[in-house]
Amino acid sequence: MASHLPPKPTAQYEETAGGGLAAGAPHAPRGMMRWLLTTNHKEIGTLYLIFSLTMFFIGGIFAMVIRAELFQPGLQLVQPEFFNQMTTMHGLIMVFGAVMPAFVGLANWMVPLQIGAPDMALPRLNNFSFWLLPVAFLMLLSTLVMPGGAPDFGWTFYAPLSTTYAPPSTTFFIFSLHLAGISSILGAINIIATILNLRAPGMRMMDMPLFVWTWLITAFLLIAVMPVLAGVITMMLLDINFGTSFFNAAGGGDPVLFQHLFWFFGHPEVYIMILPAFGIVSVIIPTFARKRLFGYASMVYATASIAILSFLVWAHHMFVVGLPLVAELFFMYSTMLIAVPTGVKVFNWITTLFRGSISFEPPMLFALAFVVLFTIGGFSGLMLAISPADFQYHDTYFVVAHFHYVLVPGAVFAIMAGVYYWLPKWTGHYPHLRLSQWHFWLSVIGVNLTFFPMHFAGLAGMPRRIPDYALQFADFNMVTSLGAFLFGASQLLFVAVVILCIRGGEKAPARAWEGGEDLEWSVPSPAPLHTFETPPDFKPQQH
Amino acid sequence: MAANGDQQARQTGVRRTVSRTLVVLAGMFVFAFALVPLYDVFCQVTGLNGKTSGSAQSLVHADMDTTRTITVQFITRGSPGLPWKLETDTRQLRVHPGESREVVFRFRNQGEGPSLARAVPSVSPSEASLHLRKITCFCFQEQRLAGGERLEAPLVFQLTPDLPDDIKTVTLVYTLYPVEQTLARRYLGFISEGDQA
Ligand code: HEM
Ligand SMILES: [Cu+2]
Repeated sequence: MASHLPPKPTAQYEETAGGGLAAGAPHAPRGMMRWLLTTNHKEIGTLYLIFSLTMFFIGGIFAMVIRAELFQPGLQLVQPEFFNQMTTMHGLIMVFGAVMPAFVGLANWMVPLQIGAPDMALPRLNNFSFWLLPVAFLMLLSTLVMPGGAPDFGWTFYAPLSTTYAPPSTTFFIFSLHLAGISSILGAINIIATILNLRAPGMRMMDMPLFVWTWLITAFLLIAVMPVLAGVITMMLLDINFGTSFFNAAGGGDPVLFQHLFWFFGHPEVYIMILPAFGIVSVIIPTFARKRLFGYASMVYATASIAILSFLVWAHHMFVVGLPLVAELFFMYSTMLIAVPTGVKVFNWITTLFRGSISFEPPMLFALAFVVLFTIGGFSGLMLAISPADFQYHDTYFVVAHFHYVLVPGAVFAIMAGVYYWLPKWTGHYPHLRLSQWHFWLSVIGVNLTFFPMHFAGLAGMPRRIPDYALQFADFNMVTSLGAFLFGASQLLFVAVVILCIRGGEKAPARAWEGGEDLEWSVPSPAPLHTFETPPDFKPQQH
Repeated sequence: MAANGDQQARQTGVRRTVSRTLVVLAGMFVFAFALVPLYDVFCQVTGLNGKTSGSAQSLVHADMDTTRTITVQFITRGSPGLPWKLETDTRQLRVHPGESREVVFRFRNQGEGPSLARAVPSVSPSEASLHLRKITCFCFQEQRLAGGERLEAPLVFQLTPDLPDDIKTVTLVYTLYPVEQTLARRYLGFISEGDQA
């Protein structure tokens, strides 16, 4: 495959247009203190990414425990109570610890570079929002060794499982989620302030790269729903410790209210995890198709409509709680409506590829896999949106298959595509080609082996969140577990690629990819600590 | 444009953006809590969550609609950790809309000591809850029973004649819950490990 790739751009015909090449600040602290106190968007971005990768592996180990137990029917390795803690912690860590911080890390690194800003608008706040995360997740992980064990009520923490019947560690879980939430909110404020105020002179909103656009919209979603999450967990805290009855039927409360509040946060939250991914893919595909993105404006409007619609569909997670018929119909149709702007996006990516001169560098491989596999997840979502059908599918492995398709070869592949795309900018070296290709192909095979059979198991009626299952599901589960081990192991290759790339490798020029047109490619590779201290000259392209 | 003035403009811009987002944030946090009473009002008006009125209602004087007969079922449930029983001999009744009927329920505390509990009602289908009137119900207050004590308590109810035509069966579920939600009890229970049942 390597031989089919076009030659890399050479340094000769590249020049560095970007702002100052100022050397590192003269009085910067060294060693640990440098990382603890840094206010530099690139260093903070790196911290976020390292944190996210760590969480990805911790959450991944929990997933391996789950898949090892489910390898065969019967109880072999762990007790059901511990199994429940594993599913819960896996979900919480992947959502709040791996995917969200990875996107914030990419935003920290790339948003200022893509809009020609010297740094984030609020650098010190930036430092604070990062360091909240290790505290939050250390606390969350510490619940594993507490008496009564870690949270065991699923990542959706439905009351009264998470209140009346919750383990004592739940208060720590609430506190750590509060911290992670505050971190996201502060990050979002920072990103909005940066994008709205720090663009290079001459860059209008409709000139911004799509990664910036999608992050701006994501940040608004965060501002709108993270306070609702904070409200819900505060109500849980009050119910558990202070005898209120928000969700307690005995005292006049209503557990179904919990689900409404949770999903009012929860559905926009799933878009928080996918909109930045759309942005990454929308900058990578044009680069390697060597064409302008097809339908730039429609991409922006589609993203905005998805964000707005995402507030009107929450009860598609609650079709079976006993909604009245009108509500079933409303949420069914509004959910299906979201597929329209999503379809516009997929259409635009494919049209961008049409008649492009495409080459298949590692970032492009991941981006293309994203388009195909995310679409599969979108289709299973549409099946779930059919309310009468969801009575059958709900709480089965079909739902698990759906959201893993949109989140793993969706969000996670997009993050990896972004990492491969920008590694030359961060380190000054291209990632090792052969290893990257191995990583890609093993991941694609692993992901599909893991999650595709889940569709069948779910349609056949296998419930989710169980440590043991009926014999008829044994074959599907064995394939799934083997796929999961393969996928898990191949992520070690990813770590190897990143470490090798930091250490050395083929040197990358400023414009590391021939088709890269955004501002980040105008600063040297590796990007110096300080860039665009004087704003760059921005010439709008005709989108 | 002077670079300095530019810097200043950006600073004010950032400050303005931050204060606006903070306002939205605070608004959304309050909104989350406001949703709780809004949800209750919404459910009361539409009857969506199957809750019935928490206090006695008067009979609606209307003619009995003898052309329709509705099956009313009664289900009782206990809670783990509460040594009480709630029973009735009337599993099922056939009533006409407009008719008022009495059903007797029996409470029994099978534990050693006295305790407090409350029977919380729920109606399904939930649309029926708007048309179920309770003239007398033990569910309006909590009950205190000494160890081994029994209590007979009546429910007098009426289905109003405007009950939608498509409803043929109404199920009324009473779930017994312990009343012990005080701060002190929670923590004492927590320490003595008795609470997690
Ligand atoms: C065309 C777009 C989509 C549609 C129509 C759709 C529809 C649905 C429906 C109806 C459910 C509920 C199924 C049930 O519980 O019975 C569901 C669950 C879920 N979806 Fe989607 N979805 C879409 C896209 C996405 C995306 C982009 C993400 C995230 C990146 C996502 C993440 C999830 C998650 C995490 C759950 C399960 C939550 C849980 O119960 O644990 N979905 N989806
Ligand atoms: Cu949803």
